[in-house]
Amino acid sequence: MTFNRYRRGLFIAAFLAAPVALYLVYVISPYIQAFYISMTDWRGVTASPAFIGFDNFVRLFNDGNFWKAVQHNGALLLLLPLITIVIALFFAFLLNVGGAKGNEGIAGSKFYRVVFFFPQVLAVAVVAVLFQQVFRPDGSGMLNAPLMSLGLQPIGFLSDSDVAFWSVLGVMVWQAVGFYVVLFSAGLASIPRDMFEAAQIDGAGRVSLFFRITLPLLWDTVQVAWVYLGILALDVFAIVWVMTDQHGGPDWSTTVMAAEIYRNAFGYFRFGYASALGVVMFFFTVGFAFLSLRLSRRERIEY
Amino acid sequence: MTSMTSWTVANSRKLARRERRRRLGPLGMLSHLALAVWTVLVVVPILWTFLASVKSEDEIFGDAWSLPAALRWDNFQRAWDDFHIGQYMLNSVLVVSFSTFGTMLLGSMAAYVLARYPFRGNRAFYLLFVSGLAFPVYLALTPLFFVVQNMGNVPLIGPFIGLNTHAGIVLVYIAYSMPFTVFFLSAFFRTLPTAVAEAAMVDGASHTRVFFQIMLPMARPGLVSITIFNVLGQWNQYQLPLVLLQDREMWVLPQGIADISAAAGYDQDWSAMFAALTLAILPMLIVYTVFQRQIQSGLTTGALK
Repeated sequence: MTFNRYRRGLFIAAFLAAPVALYLVYVISPYIQAFYISMTDWRGVTASPAFIGFDNFVRLFNDGNFWKAVQHNGALLLLLPLITIVIALFFAFLLNVGGAKGNEGIAGSKFYRVVFFFPQVLAVAVVAVLFQQVFRPDGSGMLNAPLMSLGLQPIGFLSDSDVAFWSVLGVMVWQAVGFYVVLFSAGLASIPRDMFEAAQIDGAGRVSLFFRITLPLLWDTVQVAWVYLGILALDVFAIVWVMTDQHGGPDWSTTVMAAEIYRNAFGYFRFGYASALGVVMFFFTVGFAFLSLRLSRRERIEY
Repeated sequence: MTSMTSWTVANSRKLARRERRRRLGPLGMLSHLALAVWTVLVVVPILWTFLASVKSEDEIFGDAWSLPAALRWDNFQRAWDDFHIGQYMLNSVLVVSFSTFGTMLLGSMAAYVLARYPFRGNRAFYLLFVSGLAFPVYLALTPLFFVVQNMGNVPLIGPFIGLNTHAGIVLVYIAYSMPFTVFFLSAFFRTLPTAVAEAAMVDGASHTRVFFQIMLPMARPGLVSITIFNVLGQWNQYQLPLVLLQDREMWVLPQGIADISAAAGYDQDWSAMFAALTLAILPMLIVYTVFQRQIQSGLTTGALK
């Protein structure tokens, strides 16, 4: 019996050793170090960084570019989930219950689902380069060519600092919608058909079907989507770094927290300062996760 | 007789179509229109890129919607030779196959033990792994760079796992994939029945053997989902390689593609850039078309857990 217990302990240790070791070395230790580095003046050149307390955080407070980045992340945090979820819910409803009879999918729904999902499997960097070309500011751009042939002024999708942010948001929505259409479709599939049929017998039209039946029963899934898209909005990096002018420009009009952290760390070699930005980003992310957990407690509908 | 049946079939089809149209009404037409618009939005930029990949330099700088006068397949030749797309793709395949395999092996081992073996500290280990879900990777970037650099000084294996090595980034990918993999798979292992494993233990199978020969095969659906999730996640990774792989020969595909659009400006070779972009998209399109069911369900069940 003791031998068995010994074997069991050995097995547990053997199976946990490698994953835990890797995780401690590559994930946990960098996170802990980051908090310490954020309180030093470490730059690429200084061999022994000095401890400077909260100086980096004071400096960060007056860093206009960083607060622009925070504002952009904030705007994305509101707009990206809102727009994506509205579009995806609309399509998921059409594809699953919006069909001719009102309780089944529209003709060709499988085809649409396959097409809509495709952008999700493309690497973000690839999507960024693709849209750089689509957004070209002259007649060689996919979007500007038709505008110009209509006699309109070309739009500087990425070169006009009033427009560039919306281009970034547009591309993010473009890539995300398909995933949430499929996610909501999976949620809808688990709602019993009788619900829709019963509502229809009672005379519900498509609109009330959506607001009275579909949306309340999908609410859990919508919340999951909200959290995922929120994290996506806070974590955005590649699309901004690759697609926009000057990595977050023009004139810092599209920059985000992750881009500023990367720029400070590996562009200017301000390791201490970049880590301080990272710590702030960490608190934003944890704050968002905490808030969404608190707000999402709501009665679950059993069916 | 045959003509009779085909006539009825054609006729009934026509009737059915008319009936469907009647029921569809204006709202139905509008919903079809909305779906069609989004389809166009998704498909056209991609097709436009494919088209530009066989255009000449002048045609690309002319009207964006013009058709190529001749199909210039040599653009692909230059994308492959001058822009090293083949090398980047090979690097990506190499890195992702090892890192996904490692992630699945280590992740399922940890998840299994944490899900099935109560012991002192079990909960702490589980929380340690899962807490990684809440951390933004950007916070860790700087220290991670130096951790990997220092790994290069480890005796014997150091040169293989330091900066600018594929094995080094494989280890980093595995570590950063742990939180979600352990979280998802331990939930999955908890739902599996215990009877089979207990019977095997009574018959004298070791813990290790029960895991590899009984539990892993039973967990197959969960393993497939999370494997797809990890393959795509690691294939798309851009931030970590940007920091950890700085030698051009070691680059992975997203790095290569991101650099190509900058390089194309200097080289005045946009047609080859479009060809490179096409080469990056096309394999994903093919793999996706073949496995779209598994990919869709893999990614969405991953999200819903």
